[in-house]
Amino acid sequence: MPKQPAELETDVSGHGHKSPGGGRSLREMLTSVPQQYDPALQDEIIGSRHSLESITKQISDVVLHRPVSLGWLISMFVSLSLLALMLVAVVYLILVGVGVWGVNVPVGWGVGIVCFVWWIGIGHAGTLISAILLLLHQNWRTSINRFAEAMTLMAVMCAGLYPLLHVGRHQYDYWMLPFPSTMGLWPQFRSPLIWDVFAVSTYFTVSLVFWYTGLVPDLATLRDRTRLPWLKKLLGFFALGWRYSARHWQRYNAVYLILAGLSTPLVLSVHTTVSWDFAAGIVPGWHGTIFPQYFVAGAVYAGFAMVINLGIPLRAFFRMKDLITMKHLENCGKFMLITGNVVFYGYLMEIFTAWYSGVIFERYMTFDNRMFGPYAWSFWLLIFCNGVFIQLIWFKKIRTSIWGLYIVAFVVNLAMWLERLVLIPFSLTQDYLPSSWHMYYPSFWDYATFAGTLGLFFTLFFLFVRILPVISMVEMRELVHHEHHVDELGANDPALTGGVKV
Amino acid sequence: MEVKQDNPNFGIVAEFSSSEALKAACRKVRDAGYKKTDAHTPFPLEGLNEALGLRDKWVPFIMLVAGFIGAVSGYTLAFWAMGISLPLNIAGKPTNSWPLFIPPTFEMTVLTSAIVGVVSMFALNGLPQPYHSVFNTPNFERASTDRYFLSIESRDPLYDEAQTLAFMQTLGADNVSVVEE
Repeated sequence: MPKQPAELETDVSGHGHKSPGGGRSLREMLTSVPQQYDPALQDEIIGSRHSLESITKQISDVVLHRPVSLGWLISMFVSLSLLALMLVAVVYLILVGVGVWGVNVPVGWGVGIVCFVWWIGIGHAGTLISAILLLLHQNWRTSINRFAEAMTLMAVMCAGLYPLLHVGRHQYDYWMLPFPSTMGLWPQFRSPLIWDVFAVSTYFTVSLVFWYTGLVPDLATLRDRTRLPWLKKLLGFFALGWRYSARHWQRYNAVYLILAGLSTPLVLSVHTTVSWDFAAGIVPGWHGTIFPQYFVAGAVYAGFAMVINLGIPLRAFFRMKDLITMKHLENCGKFMLITGNVVFYGYLMEIFTAWYSGVIFERYMTFDNRMFGPYAWSFWLLIFCNGVFIQLIWFKKIRTSIWGLYIVAFVVNLAMWLERLVLIPFSLTQDYLPSSWHMYYPSFWDYATFAGTLGLFFTLFFLFVRILPVISMVEMRELVHHEHHVDELGANDPALTGGVKV
Repeated sequence: MEVKQDNPNFGIVAEFSSSEALKAACRKVRDAGYKKTDAHTPFPLEGLNEALGLRDKWVPFIMLVAGFIGAVSGYTLAFWAMGISLPLNIAGKPTNSWPLFIPPTFEMTVLTSAIVGVVSMFALNGLPQPYHSVFNTPNFERASTDRYFLSIESRDPLYDEAQTLAFMQTLGADNVSVVEE
């Protein structure tokens, strides 16, 4: 546990009361949810008021009072530099053409599409956390849903750039939209590619609306807490004059819940549609019914890895270890483990289906090309990362250690990028006719564009953590209230329930 | 017809320090027959709607209708474009190849329902409304942190400043104030 001193510090300051007699180990205290509010040994009312106030103060102070730190400036500088690289890469691409990427017949879809799928996938965990876990009453989602949703938005922005850049004639990007033109042309609604336009744009819009709806009461909280007149006006503008009215909350809750219900099938549909881009084609190695399921699982898998990779530095930077606890990270790790194994099962089924189908092209693609072909290294690396390495999460020691989780999650993020590389361009290199086989090598500009979207993502993310509350204050207050309320009834006393939260 | 009172004040607002006290007070106010009431809580408080007697089911209904409209327009768009405006023979598929029109139909359903739902939620709430008289209540900025407020507006037919004030003072509030318009 490399973070011990800091963890101990927060522990002493707020929530060390949990271990009467000191019978519990440090790790038990750190991993129990949510260890910071246990008013059982505190004066009820003062404890409750203190908690509502302290939670609001802790989250809003990051935005309102925390000075800009050197670490943030350096992170922002690096992100902006990468963003500048993207500007160069995009301008060069537009001036010269998509040929500057490594794509050429027969490989028309290269790293650009790999990155598109990767970014879209990253976004999925955000929606899963904010919508599906909300419907399932998973209280632990509360402190991570805001930044996970932000991550979704930013990832979808990065993803959305790729198709726009990839079309080659960028002045005609708007042809992807259905509109009555003088040419009498329409996008082909029978093609998964146009479904993708609908799915991704709907996904972005609905995520944005969902995120903003959740943000409005928090902006009102910031408005109420700032003393700067101009900031009060600005926040008041975006808070739409929210006044915490019961009549408003009633409709707000209704719409929030239904949005969660709508987002749940939506998020499943998005990566399903992305997978149809491939599965509906007749390329060997793409044409499988397993694709939608394991694409969705893979998306959630990579997304949770990104939540871990963003959440760990976030809570360290802003001293929020008592809000984003080890329990949150461990749960994300467990999600990663489940979905990772679904993905691995998908790989195995793909191999089995290729063999069982008896189709020589499928067999050739899977065995002779992927496993023992020129790109065999990538396939076996993928199997190692997503099949073997992820199993480390089974060990509690690893999934409750910051570094263990961070490293596994980082490898997962790389592995999911690699997966799409194996799947997309490498499948195209060798198909039906040996005369049209061709090796694929990404160019400098492929990597520059990818690094650039990372820059875009992190620029937006670092801006977000400075100017908006990274944790939903309303939902945290609700959680605090709920904890107190249940505690008052005694149902949540760890001594009675054996530490299990009701 | 309700008598238009020429009252310069917005109403009376009581401040509570606990959610239980607020809910108890809300029940009493509801039972006393006041209609132009509202509560302000730092988070959506469970049981408050019943305590205040609120029942508004418009938002789910609007979202349902919007979703239906979205579905119909999504399908119509695909069908009209592919079947009527530009009927191309793609791999011998029928012009109305309905299974292939389901994905855009579904996306349009979700998109329309979500946007209309959020817009109608804010519209029914009368937002955006940057200024509201209740903001004049002393200490009201703590409604966003840890204080609970209950208001009775002067346009309520039962509103009588002296009587209502006396009534509000019996509710166990920490602070009761007459708030200006």
